[in-house]
Amino acid sequence: MTSVGIDRAPDAALVRRPARVRFLWLLVTAGVLAALMVASVALGSRDVTWSDVWAALGGADDTLEQAAVAKRMPRTLLAVVIGAALGLAGCVMQGVTRNPLADPGILGVNMGASLAVVTAVAFFGLTSPTGYIWVAMAGAAVSAVFVYAVGSLGRGGATPLKLALAGTATSVAFASLVSAVALPRNDIAGSFKLWQIGGVGGASYERIGQVLPFLAVGLAVCLLSARGLNSLALGDELAAGLGERVAVIRAMAALGAVVLCGASTAVAGPIGFVGLVVPHACRLLVGVDHRWLLPFSALTGAALLTAADVAGRVVTRPADVEVGIVTALIGAPFFIHIVRRQKVRDL
Amino acid sequence: MSAPAAARPSAARVVARGRRRSATRRRVIIATLAVLVVAGFAVTLMFGQTFYPPDDVVRVILGEQVPGASFTVGRLRLPRAVLAVVAGFSFGMAGVTFQTMLRNPLASPDIIGISWGASAAAAIAIVSLSLDRTQVSALAIVSALAVALLIYVLAFRDGVVGTRLILIGIGISAILESVTSYVLSRAAEWDLQEATRWLTGSLNGVTWDQTLPALAALVVLTPVLLHQARDLSAMQLGDDTASALGVRVERTRVTVIVAAVGLIAFATAAAGPIAFVAFLSGPIAARLVGVGGSLLVPAGLVGALLVLVADFAGQFAFDTRYPVGVVTGVLGAPYLVYLIVRTHRAGGSP
Repeated sequence: MTSVGIDRAPDAALVRRPARVRFLWLLVTAGVLAALMVASVALGSRDVTWSDVWAALGGADDTLEQAAVAKRMPRTLLAVVIGAALGLAGCVMQGVTRNPLADPGILGVNMGASLAVVTAVAFFGLTSPTGYIWVAMAGAAVSAVFVYAVGSLGRGGATPLKLALAGTATSVAFASLVSAVALPRNDIAGSFKLWQIGGVGGASYERIGQVLPFLAVGLAVCLLSARGLNSLALGDELAAGLGERVAVIRAMAALGAVVLCGASTAVAGPIGFVGLVVPHACRLLVGVDHRWLLPFSALTGAALLTAADVAGRVVTRPADVEVGIVTALIGAPFFIHIVRRQKVRDL
Repeated sequence: MSAPAAARPSAARVVARGRRRSATRRRVIIATLAVLVVAGFAVTLMFGQTFYPPDDVVRVILGEQVPGASFTVGRLRLPRAVLAVVAGFSFGMAGVTFQTMLRNPLASPDIIGISWGASAAAAIAIVSLSLDRTQVSALAIVSALAVALLIYVLAFRDGVVGTRLILIGIGISAILESVTSYVLSRAAEWDLQEATRWLTGSLNGVTWDQTLPALAALVVLTPVLLHQARDLSAMQLGDDTASALGVRVERTRVTVIVAAVGLIAFATAAAGPIAFVAFLSGPIAARLVGVGGSLLVPAGLVGALLVLVADFAGQFAFDTRYPVGVVTGVLGAPYLVYLIVRTHRAGGSP
């Protein structure tokens, strides 16, 4: 990795927002997330009343309405958990690669995890849900290393656009391999949309319970590397000069991100663009200090994915649009915006 | 003084001989490709679940009634094989046109989203609006042209830089792919057959009324592109050099873009965005015929051959029937990664 450098010196006000402002935004985001969770439970193809929602939250599922609400609860929980994981993973990846275009979807990591699962199911008879998670993490790790290696070949090292190009190309390539493996197999073709696009429709408490320990480990590793990521932002040489072990920081943080990506892809498929949009938005709100940025990204990611899921259910009632489609529709224009902003010398 | 004078004619002769040799090589390879396409076409018509001998096939093509063969060959295999050749040729020519014009092998219409524009429009027209064939093709071409224009406008900032154009195209592809998936999931039920057609490209269940518009577009637009072939080659030297050589750069560019997008749109409206054919054909053709001379016809032939072989292999080489786009996708994916590796290693942006 060579130094890509930060384009312009960030505004002093952006580096460190006053604690009061950051705390205020934290409250606002948490409030928005809570409201979205309520909306996610209350809205859907079937109209329910508030008393149904209330009864179902208490555990009742006597009427159809209450049963519908009861089905929406694990789905909401999954969207929150996966959104948090992807937002956090995206923020860590942007820090590790010092690349504004990094995202688990764009860098091909999620699609790699998806391909690994589909391949293992089709050719090696993988059935256990925990097996899904391990295989997905292995796939995510392999594709992360591969994309980074390809992106940093040649002059200038891993420049943002080279890395993004390597990642998107790998992602396209993996996606067509996923179709090739999954389509002819009736047992996988049923969940083809899940492995190609990603969604939270098939949520159950059991699956959330299986993936939660992995996500907790990934979360802890990522949050612990916050201080290290702050040093990395200064550039490798300066960080090393300050006594940081650059390679260790980078490996640890990347490992945490890969665990998050693999585990979330194993339950929700390859959802892209959440990790791209969220850190950029959060940087505007709380500045670039990773100790604030990382938890904030997790919170905002959860809110974004829940909102996308609700939108996918409400806009096209009674049909359900996969949340991966909605996030791509939100995130891809943002991706184009960032590409357009890059300077020619970084290309 | 005598040595250089003696060397000059012999150097000229070497160049002339080299040119003659590469021209001969080019003709031989184009002829071989054409023969292979015809052979592949014939094999596709003869072989399948049941075998029909060549004379049956010829009689069916000539319009005679042959029991069994008239239905199987005339109604099932012939439109499919014709569309395979037509779509492959269209994708190959359009792909190499974009790659030549933008001087970048990654800038093929299936990677920068133009095929996705046509595919999303066709999926909307057929699945949601139930329009007829002419309207589908019209909508596909309008949408593909709009996407091409949009990518160009978005990528333009003090000129168009290759990498930026490609990444913006990839972003646009992501949006359009989502739109296509959205349209398909809004349909009454998730029909895997329809879905694979509009997401990866497929020739399953092709009929004449899908094939004929694509064939007509190919017949009309091929001469237009071939007419511009020389100017297009000159534009590879850069716009300034090309206009110094007497090329009307802007007019050529607009003509070529419209013709190539038209080919893509009609072929996609019939067969879906068959993965990576537009992207693969040009580089393969360039490797075969070498530099110098237009790549349009060789790339078209390579594309046709790719689709024919991939479709045949997809139908019969495996236990399950793969749609053609899945087979070309598997072929194209490693090449895409290889190309990125090679351009990065060579230094600079691709």
